[in-house]
Amino acid sequence: MLRRTGPAPAAVAPPDPPGHSVPAGPAGRRAPRLLLAASVGVAAAAALPLVWLLVRVAGADPGRVAGLLARGRTLTLLVNSVLLVACVSAGCLVLGLATATLLARVRLPRPGLWWVLAALPLAVPSYLLAFAVLAVRPDARGLAPLVLVLVPACTPYVTLPAAAALRAADTGPEDAARTLGRGPLAAFCRVTLPQAVPAALAGTLLAALYTLSDFGAPALLRYESFTWAVQAAYEGTVDRTGAAVTALVLAALTLLLVVAERAARRRFTRGRATSAVHRTPPAHPGRAGTAAAVGGLSAVAALTLVGPPAVLVGRIVAAGGIDVDWARLASAAWSTLLLAGAAGLLAVLLALPVGVLAARHRSRGAAAVESIAYLGQGLPGVVVGLALVFFSLAVLPGLYQTAAVLVFAYAVLLLPKALGATRSAVERVPVEAEEVARTLGRSAAGTWWAVTARQAWPGVAAGGLLVTVTAMKELPATLMLRPTGVDTLATRLWAETALGAYGAAAPAALALLLIACVPAALLVRAGPAREQER
Amino acid sequence: MTGGSGDVGERWDGAAMAPTPMGPTAMALTVRGIVAGYGHEPVLHGVDLEAGPGELVSVLGASGSGKTTLLRVVAGLHRPRAGSVHLGADDVTAVAPEQRGVGLVPQEGALFAHLSVARNVGFGLAPTGRARLRRTAAATAAARARVGELLDLVGLAGTADRMPHQLSGGERRRVALARALAPRPRVVLLDEPFSALDAGLREQVRGEVVAALRAAGSTAVLITHDRREALSVSDRVAVLHDGRVEQTAAPRELYATPATARVARFVGDAALLPGRVRGGEVETVLGRSPVRAGAATGAVLAVLRPEQLRIAAPTGTGVAAEIVDVEFLGDALLVTARPDGGPAVRVRAPAGEPWRPGERCRVAAAGPVHVVPDR
Repeated sequence: MLRRTGPAPAAVAPPDPPGHSVPAGPAGRRAPRLLLAASVGVAAAAALPLVWLLVRVAGADPGRVAGLLARGRTLTLLVNSVLLVACVSAGCLVLGLATATLLARVRLPRPGLWWVLAALPLAVPSYLLAFAVLAVRPDARGLAPLVLVLVPACTPYVTLPAAAALRAADTGPEDAARTLGRGPLAAFCRVTLPQAVPAALAGTLLAALYTLSDFGAPALLRYESFTWAVQAAYEGTVDRTGAAVTALVLAALTLLLVVAERAARRRFTRGRATSAVHRTPPAHPGRAGTAAAVGGLSAVAALTLVGPPAVLVGRIVAAGGIDVDWARLASAAWSTLLLAGAAGLLAVLLALPVGVLAARHRSRGAAAVESIAYLGQGLPGVVVGLALVFFSLAVLPGLYQTAAVLVFAYAVLLLPKALGATRSAVERVPVEAEEVARTLGRSAAGTWWAVTARQAWPGVAAGGLLVTVTAMKELPATLMLRPTGVDTLATRLWAETALGAYGAAAPAALALLLIACVPAALLVRAGPAREQER
Repeated sequence: MTGGSGDVGERWDGAAMAPTPMGPTAMALTVRGIVAGYGHEPVLHGVDLEAGPGELVSVLGASGSGKTTLLRVVAGLHRPRAGSVHLGADDVTAVAPEQRGVGLVPQEGALFAHLSVARNVGFGLAPTGRARLRRTAAATAAARARVGELLDLVGLAGTADRMPHQLSGGERRRVALARALAPRPRVVLLDEPFSALDAGLREQVRGEVVAALRAAGSTAVLITHDRREALSVSDRVAVLHDGRVEQTAAPRELYATPATARVARFVGDAALLPGRVRGGEVETVLGRSPVRAGAATGAVLAVLRPEQLRIAAPTGTGVAAEIVDVEFLGDALLVTARPDGGPAVRVRAPAGEPWRPGERCRVAAAGPVHVVPDR
């Protein structure tokens, strides 16, 4: 599964945990019926894959389901996944906290650049990193190379919130600890670092969620994780009950992580006690310290950002030029663009009613609807893909393996991104401005067009763009749902790699890397750059 | 617009001109028995408020007193559970905000961030709905002229093409006022428009905004928690507490003859000394003083403002007291003195006098005293 098709993009467009607050702000504004009805419809669409998976498993022979659950393979998969998640999480936590400390507390040359470099790996799909590893060492397989790929890929989930927390942390207690006889490092570690730990742990849960949902990297590196097992069961057997049961277990695990992450974030945001915040200026590490810090940060960045394209170009050179079927690549690029563009459009259309409802008409019902719309965040691409295969076969056989079902799958998977962007864009438009427009003679709908939409559209559009570029990189759902004969860049890469044709796969991989730069550019403009200005 | 502090003094003349009792139809705004709230608890419990044509009425209250809810009810943004809102003779209680003809100046202005200053001001002039199709060149020119007129009025003639983020805090408030005034509303509502400005700027912007309101001849309701603001700019002040109007009066009257102890404390510094009224005099720890006409009788609280009290050497007149604290205000001294056997009172004394904490003195009330019921 691809970068960002599963876990929350906390670093890009932090979606507020839905339902985190009971009516506040513009309470008492009852939602228009039409808006409410549309939102409920969207929630139903978002819930469809999970519900249908449940229906499918419930409709299967209970004895068979129990047998599938109880067999040794389930346990093997569980152990494998837990082991993988534990290794990646631990690695991300350590690396992320260290990076965050450097970013927030050490004076580095070009500070903005390091924030960007620390965030960028988020945009690179992990299967590209795995592909780069394979291109160098074709025999790489198993836990160790997979952890090596996933740790740098997932570390930004920890780094960004932890660095933000460190930056916002009150260093007054640290100053007090110094005057009470602690050294600078001891004071930092004992007093200030703990302030960033909750944020880091919430980020670690996101990394764990991503790891558990990831399909491409484990599959390429032949590690038996849940996602790979679902895909294998789907491809390999006629009776797909096995795939359905495995997918359901996986969905249960990932949703558990989502719930844990929300709870952690809620506790974290509630935990700030002081209102007066002291800030310590970044420390001067000295010449050697600076060199070490810059070296460390550069090495991690190089591994994820420079490594893959360098390997790919090297591959092309080693193959003595490119022997690529350009027509096929171009048609794959074109279908990728069309499918992902449609997905972005659909996701925005779905996100609009729910986003407006959440931003302007908060209530328990609205919070519930929003939570359901966020389901895609916790559902791996394989799960959504499989569920929609079942659904289209059983209910709408005419649509099976059509672009419509694939676009719908993208939209449901990536709806949280569009929703977070839409909600925060609408929230940023002051309610007072809307009220003034009303007193100046505009109806509710007129106000929406003349004031709210005009100010919110850049944020909403950015959300749609994010969905589009993310959909371009999606692999597992695409593999299951794509129309026969249609290829996307990701499936081209997948097919060539499976054949061991690394040179032939390189152009598709390079194209995907370029696409990955688009949200990175957005991220640079919206996230760390602004963070830097504070 | 010059808008100096000269325009902003207490509007004694305004108080004098305060409309003599008129029928509700002669009022520009009449609010009767408003009950409103969020969820189960009402925030307003039967509020009455009136504003005559061209009058500036302040609603003064602490945070949580319900003043913003009241304003939203008048604007039509919040539907009351009971009571009525009239603009002139028209009952607008159930009328949508866009059809009411009220102007709103929210806190910090809330300008439309995507529109230039001129388009902000012209927002309420643009035809909407089907009228858009029939827009004539003459109407567009008229709207443009009106925008220019209003920008002149608020002293921002040169800023028409600027964007809101290029304006200072004070300029934003003035644009917000121009925007509210543009469609000639029947009443302008100002929701603490000066509260987020720093102290020096606040007085200047307030002066400019109030001068523009006066120049436009608009009826206005100003929501504020700042008693000096309310007293200095308003024709009348309504003191709101816990969703009820405690008293509505001209500023000078409110300050000199508050109806309740709470209003007395809320509109200015005052010592409230328990006493008894007998034969036109009140006896307190400071001795006997004549009471103002028409005062309460029996057990009362005497309202003694610092400037009503006199401090003298131990050999002078008044009751013996000990100086507890002396605060230097620059142009005066605020002396806290405790009369023997009574609570401390604050006395305003000339800045040059040599009072020191710990010294003995005498304190007396000068002139007639206002009393309020002791409840």
